[in-house]
Amino acid sequence: MKEAVITTDKLTKRFGDFVATNEISFEVSRGEIFGFLGANGAGKTTAMRMLCGLSTPSSGNASIAGFDVYRQTEQIKKNIGYMSQKFSLYEDLTVLENIRFFGGIYGLSRPRIREKGEKLIKDLGLEQEAKKLVGALPLGWKQKLSFSVAILHDPQIVFLDEPTGGVDPVTRRQFWNMIYEAADRGVTIFVTTHYMDEAEYCNRISIMVDGRVKALDTPRNLKEHFGAATMDEVFYALARGAKRSE
Amino acid sequence: MEAVRTTHLKKTYHGKTAVDEVSLTIEQGELFGLIGPDGAGKTSIFRMLTTLLLPDGGAAAVDGLDVVKDYRQIRKRVGYMPGKFSLYPDLSVEENLNFFATVFNTTVAANYTLIKDIYVQLEPFKKRRAGKLSGGMKQKLALCCALIHKPTVLFLDEPTTGVDPVSRKEFWEMLQQLKAQHITILVSTPYMDEASLCDKVALIQQGKILSVDTPAAIVASYPQPLYAARANEMHQLLKALQQSADVRSSYGFGEFAHVSFKDTDIDIASFETILAKKGLTDIEIRPTPVTIEDCFIERLNSQA
Repeated sequence: MKEAVITTDKLTKRFGDFVATNEISFEVSRGEIFGFLGANGAGKTTAMRMLCGLSTPSSGNASIAGFDVYRQTEQIKKNIGYMSQKFSLYEDLTVLENIRFFGGIYGLSRPRIREKGEKLIKDLGLEQEAKKLVGALPLGWKQKLSFSVAILHDPQIVFLDEPTGGVDPVTRRQFWNMIYEAADRGVTIFVTTHYMDEAEYCNRISIMVDGRVKALDTPRNLKEHFGAATMDEVFYALARGAKRSE
Repeated sequence: MEAVRTTHLKKTYHGKTAVDEVSLTIEQGELFGLIGPDGAGKTSIFRMLTTLLLPDGGAAAVDGLDVVKDYRQIRKRVGYMPGKFSLYPDLSVEENLNFFATVFNTTVAANYTLIKDIYVQLEPFKKRRAGKLSGGMKQKLALCCALIHKPTVLFLDEPTTGVDPVSRKEFWEMLQQLKAQHITILVSTPYMDEASLCDKVALIQQGKILSVDTPAAIVASYPQPLYAARANEMHQLLKALQQSADVRSSYGFGEFAHVSFKDTDIDIASFETILAKKGLTDIEIRPTPVTIEDCFIERLNSQA
């Protein structure tokens, strides 16, 4: 068994009487691509906020990159990257300015930011766009850039919240190539998506229904277990009975 | 008669072309899908057809009425559900519905049959403020409000974006029921798999229509035999395919990689041997049906 970088044990979050995340327990290994799926309102966002050190659990335990979600939230934040479809980069800053800004936030030194930034721009082929406002870039480029910025500080884990929503099919695949490459370098990928074909690209996936993790395995085993031809069918079989929606 | 017709429809924003000479025809009673990623120009087309945005060139007509000259009549006839939730969050479910019925000089009772199947799901929450509804319920209420004046053409702009697969399926079942009541529906979506649920689709990217046809005809027009490949390690397989001189195109497609070859008579068994020499195991390559997503990728690649 590989080393676990995310461990949760009966992790729970209540809002009054409402149990948003209900005793979820799982482990994610270093370099693993872990798909975190669920219907709208299943409790994914709440769970992710706890794992990122942004929300204190009501009960249960979790350790992220070796740090405790109750007491060491600042260390957690330094050791993870985060990107979502909704918030990623500052549209009114240029590509370079965004890199400098986030590099600074993550506490990288100036020479390190310069070196990392140059490599990033070269890898993405953004030399012509480096001084353009991020807002002027096509969505697909923005998403690729914001993923690169989210891992600028070499975090142990990167959390991706629906990173490919609305992106064209070619760019979506380029994005997944970047995910594969980061995972090959040992970065752990924790990703949510509504595209079931992307669920297949994950090493393992969990499916949340009404606050609980209802299934957790490799895509192949899940399909076998549910006698389904596609992940879409697995998802449907599990989430159809969901009582709540967002 | 055609429900919608656009000819060389054009829209530019600050010199940037968002809709580039789009010509489309939608027949009455058709369920027509506008399929493309964010930024393709879908919303601009919707806003021009619903008379909320003036075209910069070309022409468009809804129910034979011109979108510029006859905008008042068009507004009475069409239903529009924007991509962003646009109902009154402080009014209850019931109040929103009554409000929209009144604006269109009708009553909820007059057209209740049209929304009945959808509204019964909302009824338990009819006193709840719209802003406090769940995402799925908001979507259903918005659809009811867009239908309450019995529109001839219904415009749905990305109704399923960010919606989980189960709710997406339910929404498309509702659309099929509406279609059975002879309402013309124009729906946009970034999800390629929804294309097969439409009578006809237009694939759109960067303001340009890549193709318009029935989903079956688009799929049939795919130029090459397509294969699905898998092996023990997906990322390595994708890399090996990308580097192979025999491969015309290759990309991940769920559990498989989709591949087409330069030589359509290629011997698959010997190609598998080449992959095996690169260290891959459990290699399996077999013919696979083409999907709309394959066609979209093909069009994008042939443009590039």
